[in-house]
Amino acid sequence: MNAPENRQLQKSLELALEARAEAPHTPTAAPLGGELQDARHIGQAIPRPNLERLTEGRGQYVDDIELPRMAHVVFWRSPVAHARIIRIERDFARMMPGVLAVYDGADLATICKPWVATLTHLAGIKSAPQYPMAIERACWQGEPVVAVVAKTRAEAEDALQYIQVEWEALPAALDMNTALDPETPVIHPELGDNLCFTRSLDTGGVDEAFARADVVAEATFDFGRHTGVTLEPRCQIADYNPASGQLTVYHSQQAPHMMQDLYSRQFDLPESSVRVICKDVGGSFGIKVHAYPDDFATVAMSILLKRPVKFVADRLESFVSDIHAREHRIQGRIAANKDGDILAFEIKDVTGIGPFSMFPRTSGIEGNQVVNLTGGPYKHKAYRAKLDVVFLNKTPTCQYRGVGHPIACAVTEGLVDLAAAKLGMDPLAMRKRNVIPDDAYPATGASGIKLEVLSHEACLRRIETLMDYPALLSEQAALRAKGVYRGIGFATLIELTNPGAAFYGVGGARISAQDGATLRLDPGGGVAVMVSVGEQGQGAEAIFAQIAADAVGVPMSAVRLLTGDTEAVPYGGGTWASRGAGIGGEAVLQAGLALRANILKVAEAILKRAVQTLKLDAGVVVDAVTGEALLPLHELGRVAYYRPDTLPAGFTSELMVTRHYAQRDYPFIFTNGVQASYVEVDTETGFVKLLKHWAVEDCGRVINPMLVDEQIRGAIVQGIGGALFEECLYDDAGLMKNGSMADYLVPMAGEMPDIVVAHVETPTRSSMLGAKGAGEAGTAGAPGAVVNAINDALRPLKAECWSQPVTPEKILRALGHI
Amino acid sequence: MMSPEKSIDDLSTEARPVHITVNGTPGQHSVQPRTHLIDFLREDLGLKGSHLGCEHGVCGACTVRLDGQIVRGCLVLAVQTDGRRVDTIEGLSDSGAIRDLQQAFIRHNALQCGFCTSGMLMAASELLEQKPRASREEVREWMSGNYCRCTGYQAIVNAICEVLATRQAARIEGATA
Repeated sequence: MNAPENRQLQKSLELALEARAEAPHTPTAAPLGGELQDARHIGQAIPRPNLERLTEGRGQYVDDIELPRMAHVVFWRSPVAHARIIRIERDFARMMPGVLAVYDGADLATICKPWVATLTHLAGIKSAPQYPMAIERACWQGEPVVAVVAKTRAEAEDALQYIQVEWEALPAALDMNTALDPETPVIHPELGDNLCFTRSLDTGGVDEAFARADVVAEATFDFGRHTGVTLEPRCQIADYNPASGQLTVYHSQQAPHMMQDLYSRQFDLPESSVRVICKDVGGSFGIKVHAYPDDFATVAMSILLKRPVKFVADRLESFVSDIHAREHRIQGRIAANKDGDILAFEIKDVTGIGPFSMFPRTSGIEGNQVVNLTGGPYKHKAYRAKLDVVFLNKTPTCQYRGVGHPIACAVTEGLVDLAAAKLGMDPLAMRKRNVIPDDAYPATGASGIKLEVLSHEACLRRIETLMDYPALLSEQAALRAKGVYRGIGFATLIELTNPGAAFYGVGGARISAQDGATLRLDPGGGVAVMVSVGEQGQGAEAIFAQIAADAVGVPMSAVRLLTGDTEAVPYGGGTWASRGAGIGGEAVLQAGLALRANILKVAEAILKRAVQTLKLDAGVVVDAVTGEALLPLHELGRVAYYRPDTLPAGFTSELMVTRHYAQRDYPFIFTNGVQASYVEVDTETGFVKLLKHWAVEDCGRVINPMLVDEQIRGAIVQGIGGALFEECLYDDAGLMKNGSMADYLVPMAGEMPDIVVAHVETPTRSSMLGAKGAGEAGTAGAPGAVVNAINDALRPLKAECWSQPVTPEKILRALGHI
Repeated sequence: MMSPEKSIDDLSTEARPVHITVNGTPGQHSVQPRTHLIDFLREDLGLKGSHLGCEHGVCGACTVRLDGQIVRGCLVLAVQTDGRRVDTIEGLSDSGAIRDLQQAFIRHNALQCGFCTSGMLMAASELLEQKPRASREEVREWMSGNYCRCTGYQAIVNAICEVLATRQAARIEGATA
């Protein structure tokens, strides 16, 4: 045996294992009480049960489904930003082999009503009626104009080339900074101007705070328009059965009940006649929580053709038809006194959306969030913000992972760093001094947001030791002396999760703020769990299984999950705004506890022993005191279902229960955290090397630390994408220049750093479970941390760059090299 | 392979006979010259385990093995595989050849939505064969041909590094036994 090599091997194996467990999870939350004191699954890093399927290629994504007589639709999309459609010649396409129909916008409008996406709580928001396909006028490059339906996808694509559209180009509004100027064409003349939504917020005292400040720092922050690039494109199969009047839609979607409601209303179908089924979803990130025009078009064509129609976006059309997000320019400034106390923030935000507000969540929410969240971690009282959301002839924008948070955080944290630099103060010390202290909750932020309970101070302490900040600072200083420019950047953040009805319901959107879980004990002792929050890969089904197992008192292997079918699961909102664990999880917990109580009542009837003397443990009814096994669940199930004649008169076994949960204590349950980035900037080439990234996150009770860590890592990398690589680039005519995977850059394995994740656990008191959301905080904080690190590296060279993505070109310009 | 006397009009777009061994099973098929390998596998054979992410050779979700080497299923025509052997995730799963890798992916949560996973496993399995002593940096570099939008890659890299280490340990143990 080669001993040294063996030691090396052992070492590398240890390293591989350590890499994930670098920051081992030690729960800091108080253990759950009552029936849950024996919880064996909640809090454990248990692998997801549904992964076996996906690693063997046995998932079922929408494009994997084939139905009898299924047709395929492809769209002719507007090739220009703004055009009047003069004539559509479809006869040649109709003659092509396999073609079943060719439709234009007017055809589909006969059975599908138009929509206008506004919310009443976004005062004054306006938009124009939008149809499944453009009628008379196309308003962005990528808007569907003509649809070809054929027996196969290839035949539909063949025929598409024979569609001839005559159009007249119209002047377009393409620059958000000039969209409101009088010389810019107004996209919808009936609206009067290109202003979709505007909001002003002023706490008062802002001018006074800036007047008495010892330092004022300001900067203009630019954020490139980017998109989600789900690896599975948007896709659906609409299957209308004219005999039953039933519409079934297989959809890669995050909110099946929302879609059920929208299909029902836009097509005037009874709600009960619409069923939406979401099987495996190949990535969503908010891209798949909206109702797209081509969704309605596909349904319309299935109704018209009386057969299933499949739509799968190809990658090129994804880039111009999936929602975009995050195109903002923010002028921000901060006031501080010489002790380092932040006195005030002020921002002026302009953001460019598409030609329509996106249905049904609107394109006003992102900017609204920026106003709500800027300055969020800090205790200053003076804040002023102005927001303009303007229409552009570009792809519509809407909510994408993080929704406003990455922008608000990068602006806030950039300004804090600028102020700290002016004061000559350490940026971490500046944050420690200004965060709302951990003992001050509940608190209200300057923007008026209600904060239940946060742990900024604990998180800042944790990250300082996690990254060994003093050592890093000396390394940085030593290397700078050698001409190596490394930077350290921090981003403190808050993230809204577990929303109540405040998000959409109060504004009139029919999107459920409540979710439900149904749990059923089967005769064999298994527990079927049906939840209205679905699986998009984040591990929702796994944590629901963990919670159900502990709540009922069965092994996790006895639990089976069903999600994503409006016909089978309780009504609910679905997966968005980091609400799955906190809201769906609480519903599962409550249903599980209720099922446990009902099971014990059945045991009481069978065993003729008082229920107080019984306990359910790992699938067996046991003596509460001695732990003696009395009745396994498969025996209890046998008696309950097959031999109810042996039970006392008047007794009924209720072995299926449903419970719902809606978070009603606060508009949102905020989480908090802090991230740090360590980068090296090559001042010759402008390239940035990400050396390491740290995140300390408080998402309340951690149900599965491995899954939370991986949510945070994945979200951080998506945030890094926006900070360094991703941008939808448009030319002067409003055409996207980099709309392919080869040209639109996203993070790859080679350039990503290892990410160390640690937790502080401050459970929310708004639920028994105490879980808050964890899916978006990574994306919220990463861009701010990385951009601050880059600027920290550039600071000794008197250069700065606040324009995301921070490309090598921008860095070289900042350095004056080009 | 097509013999010269059997040659047919190369410009014909008509379906032509091909003989392809898919996951160990030889079969006679009729495919149009324009059909991509990935469409042939998914649509003609119903092998849905390989996924289509971009159709222009960038994302790697459609990666399969052709005569043992990984290729992009969207950049190879089905007719080009005439007389050759194609292996997909379904075949590799059934044979147990990458069981350890699949289990490591599960343990590390190296997949979330799972859409990239078949391609990731294909790329990783070739890495394990060709670079059994790869360093962590080399793993990151090698896997940079495959997109994942969910994980941020670290768990994937960890899972592969773990299998590299355990396979190497097993080899040494085998050699010294």
